[in-house]
Amino acid sequence: MDGFVPLNHYLLLSATLFVIGVLGVLLRRNVIVVFMSIEIMLNAVNISLIAFDHYLNNSDGQVFSFMVMCVAAAEVSVGLAIIISMFRNKPTVNLDEFNILKW
Amino acid sequence: MELLIFYPLAGFCVLMGLGVIISSSPINSALSLIAMMMGLAGVFVLQQAHFLAILQIIVYAGAIMVLFMFVIMLLNLKSAEEDTWSIRPQNTYVSVLTGFLALGALYKIACVISQAKLDSPAAVPDDFGTVVRVGTTLFTDFVLPFEVASILLLAAMVGAVVLAKNKID
Repeated sequence: MDGFVPLNHYLLLSATLFVIGVLGVLLRRNVIVVFMSIEIMLNAVNISLIAFDHYLNNSDGQVFSFMVMCVAAAEVSVGLAIIISMFRNKPTVNLDEFNILKW
Repeated sequence: MELLIFYPLAGFCVLMGLGVIISSSPINSALSLIAMMMGLAGVFVLQQAHFLAILQIIVYAGAIMVLFMFVIMLLNLKSAEEDTWSIRPQNTYVSVLTGFLALGALYKIACVISQAKLDSPAAVPDDFGTVVRVGTTLFTDFVLPFEVASILLLAAMVGAVVLAKNKID
């Protein structure tokens, strides 16, 4: 091995960060932290895309992760607007308090 | 040489990712997330994706996290009194089970990945990951997704303004 990082390592980093994001979504109850966990998951996917890109000498994966960033930006702006308007209705960020659609 | 840079960087990213979901105050979470994104930009540079690394810092660590910070400050969340890791009593089993499932999935992925064959990257040309190369791909093969993304961003902007302006009742 002449110092190259094997693809496995990138994929393992990606999987680890993705699982951290999943755990954050599952176990935390703060709306904003759950939202940040979603961002972690999106970033984890970007690592995989770029790693495969680098290893296959391709540019498509980078364009894909560019699109992922676009979607993340749109998602964050709309999601935070939703959080703010929910907060106006009910001044809490605890997800368990927002159960009005549940029956 | 690359490995020597990669391991501390990856460890830093994982540590900061854990910091996001462990720390009790949202501000600390956001700061950890910014640090994680900086580390990921370093990982991208290591993979010669320079354009994406710059974009990661500008878009994620810059724009998106500033938005998060604004909202955290705006909501004025001084009440961290509820336990951050409180698992809902009626969902204890489900939460613990899904947590274990996620960790098991990680273990399984690690097993599968460690048998993969791609050990060294293809010989990348000098312009790999530059704005020219990525931009050429973006504006030749992916023109339609690019235009659709612009519509998506416009719709998100209008939607965010409408949602944050009106009082929903």
